[in-house]
Amino acid sequence: MNIGKQLKDGLLTQNPVLVQLLGMCSTLAITTTVSNGIGMGLSVTIILTLSNIFISLLRRIIPEQVRIACYIVVIAGFVTMVDLLLQAFFPDIAESLGVFIPLIVVNCIILARAESFASKSKPLPAAIDGICQGLGYTMILLVMSAIRELLGAGTLNGVRVFPAEYAANILILPVGGFLTLGCLIALMQWIQRKVKGGK
Amino acid sequence: MEWTTLFNIALGAILINNFIFSQFLGICPFMGVSKKMDTAAGMGFAVIFVMGLASALCYPVNLLLNALGLKYMQTVAFILVIAALVQLVEMFLKKTIPTLYQALGVYLPLITTNCAVLGVVLLNVQEGYNFIESVVYGITGGAGFLLAIVLFASIRERLEFADPPKAFKGFPIALVAAGLMALCFMGFQGLKIF
Repeated sequence: MNIGKQLKDGLLTQNPVLVQLLGMCSTLAITTTVSNGIGMGLSVTIILTLSNIFISLLRRIIPEQVRIACYIVVIAGFVTMVDLLLQAFFPDIAESLGVFIPLIVVNCIILARAESFASKSKPLPAAIDGICQGLGYTMILLVMSAIRELLGAGTLNGVRVFPAEYAANILILPVGGFLTLGCLIALMQWIQRKVKGGK
Repeated sequence: MEWTTLFNIALGAILINNFIFSQFLGICPFMGVSKKMDTAAGMGFAVIFVMGLASALCYPVNLLLNALGLKYMQTVAFILVIAALVQLVEMFLKKTIPTLYQALGVYLPLITTNCAVLGVVLLNVQEGYNFIESVVYGITGGAGFLLAIVLFASIRERLEFADPPKAFKGFPIALVAAGLMALCFMGFQGLKIF
């Protein structure tokens, strides 16, 4: 087992958003404020870890032909749980994430990890994989939402940094999501090329 | 039935609140299968079909869940209905219209995990649409997806020959192009007539 490598894969070399290009919808949609980004990132991490453990435990029982349907049912169960918990304890975050909480069911990151990792490994590595990939996703959400909230609204996690008149409102709008993510992925490709060139 | 309400819903779903550019639903297939014009169009039509059917089917399912007091099972029930529906559509098309089935190919099963489909069903419930409104919203939402993906595919075919900075090659430049399209679609915000 190799925790260090899994962590590095999740955060950098196999980052779910920047390298595997999964989970675009939620990444673009909810990164308008930092609190949204953290809420969404942690919810996905929890669901990803739990579903990875469960699917890994059930990997010998689930029949090959209907495996996708089984995965989706497992994931949907955990999503419902997290949805209800958020509504009960963090109503503000649940309110602002809205329809994107139930939509975690069809977040490709979770299904992709279930299919490519959890269904082939033991529960412990699967759990670690879930945590690492989830942290990688949370990190990107955090970076994106910090950029968009700071430059687009002049605040950071609700605290005003500079007056709103100087903010570039466009970054909060859908356009800003596409542009920020495009630039981040370009940065990642640039770094990857530099690292390869250095060796 | 108020025709203006239906028209309003349709206009909103296709242009003003386009599923891709303003609600961010269905970005994965939008980015994944927009490299070529004909596959993009195939995917778009398949999505219209499934979104319309899913809206129609999930309406009675939602009523049933409410009647039984099982509202918290919404997400699980809806995703199961959608998965079963996609499987059925796939088998039905294979038997009856094999040419269309072959044209859609691998995209049919992929629709299960298209968040636009689950999204439209959840939004129908959230907005409290009745049966006809739900179906109209589903079909026109799919039409909005088709419009977006066909426009984007035609841009991407040109992008192949463009010469962006090396770091932007491939996916990032496509995202920037999509961002500019989202900017264009923002122009429709002023279109609220009624």
